Amino acid sequence: MASVPGGLRYTKEHEWVLMEDNIATIGITDFAQESLGDVTYIQLPKEGEMISKNDPFGVVESVKAVSDLYSPVTGRVIEVNQPLLDAPELVNQDPYSDGWMVKVEVKDTSDAEDLMDPGSYKEYIEEKG
Amino acid sequence: MKPQSGATSCLMLREGTIFERSTPERKGFQLSFPEVPRLTPTTFSRTEPAELPEVAELQVVRHFTRLSSWNYAIDLGTFPLGSCTMKYNPRINEEMAALAGFCDVHPELPPPFCQGSLRLIFQLERALAEIVGLDACTLQPAAGALGEFTGLTMVRAFHEKHGSHRKYVLVPESAHGTNPASCILAGYQAITIKVGPEGYMTTASVEDAISKYGRDIAALMTTNPNTLGVFEQNISHIAELLHGIGAQLIMDGANMNAILGIAKPGDMGVDVMQYNLHKTFSTPHGGGGPGAGPVACRSHLIPFLPNPRIVHKAGIYDVEYLPDSIGKVKGAFGNFGVMVRALTYIMNHGSQGLRTVSKNAVINANYLRAQLQKKYQLGTSTPHFHECVLSDSRQIQQNGTKTLQIAKALMDYGYHPPTVYFPLTVPGAMLIEPTETESLQELDQLAEAFLEIAARIENKEDTFENAPTKTFVGKVDEVGAARKLILSVDDRPR
Repeated sequence: MASVPGGLRYTKEHEWVLMEDNIATIGITDFAQESLGDVTYIQLPKEGEMISKNDPFGVVESVKAVSDLYSPVTGRVIEVNQPLLDAPELVNQDPYSDGWMVKVEVKDTSDAEDLMDPGSYKEYIEEKG
Repeated sequence: MKPQSGATSCLMLREGTIFERSTPERKGFQLSFPEVPRLTPTTFSRTEPAELPEVAELQVVRHFTRLSSWNYAIDLGTFPLGSCTMKYNPRINEEMAALAGFCDVHPELPPPFCQGSLRLIFQLERALAEIVGLDACTLQPAAGALGEFTGLTMVRAFHEKHGSHRKYVLVPESAHGTNPASCILAGYQAITIKVGPEGYMTTASVEDAISKYGRDIAALMTTNPNTLGVFEQNISHIAELLHGIGAQLIMDGANMNAILGIAKPGDMGVDVMQYNLHKTFSTPHGGGGPGAGPVACRSHLIPFLPNPRIVHKAGIYDVEYLPDSIGKVKGAFGNFGVMVRALTYIMNHGSQGLRTVSKNAVINANYLRAQLQKKYQLGTSTPHFHECVLSDSRQIQQNGTKTLQIAKALMDYGYHPPTVYFPLTVPGAMLIEPTETESLQELDQLAEAFLEIAARIENKEDTFENAPTKTFVGKVDEVGAARKLILSVDDRPR
């Protein structure tokens, strides 16, 4: 069973977001990396770029498919996980810590509140099988 | 009968790159000294000789013949990728395409000197338009993707002619993967429409999109039957909704193999569609040579078809240029040799024969589905047409074996794997399309291979982690190959 840590918020497209004050850290979930299979390439925005809630902000490519990454929040990218770009396998090994993707400075700190909490995300992926 | 086995029990010849066969100064062919003066400015000439292999003719022949012996092809055995990739090419097609009058004709010959070829194009256009129930057709696009682009560009030209500058094309997630890409190339934004639990578009999801984007919607682009092999049952109603806001219904005819002579897209309300002659009309695949992706349309879109159009007036075939045309999308009239093969196929079958083709394609897929669902989870319970979709969910539960391993294991039984992990709407999808040409015995053998693999998984005898083991090239490191790209011979590890 895919792990769903507490303290995070989750999107229907299987991104997770950690809100700390006005900084959102974003990655993809264990369920997502499991379904994608071995990740071979990740494309992320540059530092300073604006990304918008529900819009694609990057691409993750695995041996099975190429998928868009959808932003759970609106804001400016302040940090990109550079080591991840050279070692995309980190997403498979550790999606919730070393596999984080971008940190975003958000204007609206309640941006992630409408997303799923760990309990509802767990139910959501159980339905998906 | 046992499944085909021992894929490697014949003589297989190892072969390196053609550069390894190179010997300095060896020549296979000498270009004669040109009689015409050189016109290229010397500033564009290379200063160092090109790095080409120096090989004789027979070495080239052996190199490529040896490599070709590594291929798996429909001429060798059942090919579950189906018409989605390419179906069997009957040999009579090649005979017709090799006729001197067809293969020696120059594409720029003036019409009076190539009446036969123009007539063939004209007839094929009419036959294809009739098959889909639309008013006209162009054979110019060189492949399905160019056909998609052509159709979308015609829709754009149509809207702009009427002073309407629209932004969006709706694309259901059951459509072919190329559809959203074509929309973007044509300057539109693709909006994804969710598919209902039965595997096809719901009217409600299209109504939602219409209430949100309204008259900014240029068209909806769908593949029907869709990638699940399921018929878009609400298509006529959806066509009405689209026409209500002046939008067009574009169909990707990639799966026409399921409905030839049975259903006409024109009757469903489709305004413009493209076909792939290699998928449905038994021509060679565009990826391996020249292809063709004709586009058919309803009368209101005819003025926008690519130029030139072939017309038949007073017994003479001629070309005509339409003022509102989107222009040329390919040199000359498209890839003519492919058209000869497609018309041969259509005339050889006739209307009843084409109907039988689709009936057999659908029966074959459903026979396989009935056999395989004994051990595999179906991707959808809705009836399939010419292809069926399985999931690996039972096998994952039994001993963790996934679709990729099942596909690799199939190679040890002497089969090419089916399409895997597509469509994306089914987790661990295996998309199997046997086409109409497989006999009952061959379908049974393929099913037996699938079922034997499933039985070994169920009995926890194997997870096929190391498959394939019997093939000429064993298990390859696909992840490593994708992560550490080797793009040149010189970069190879030695």
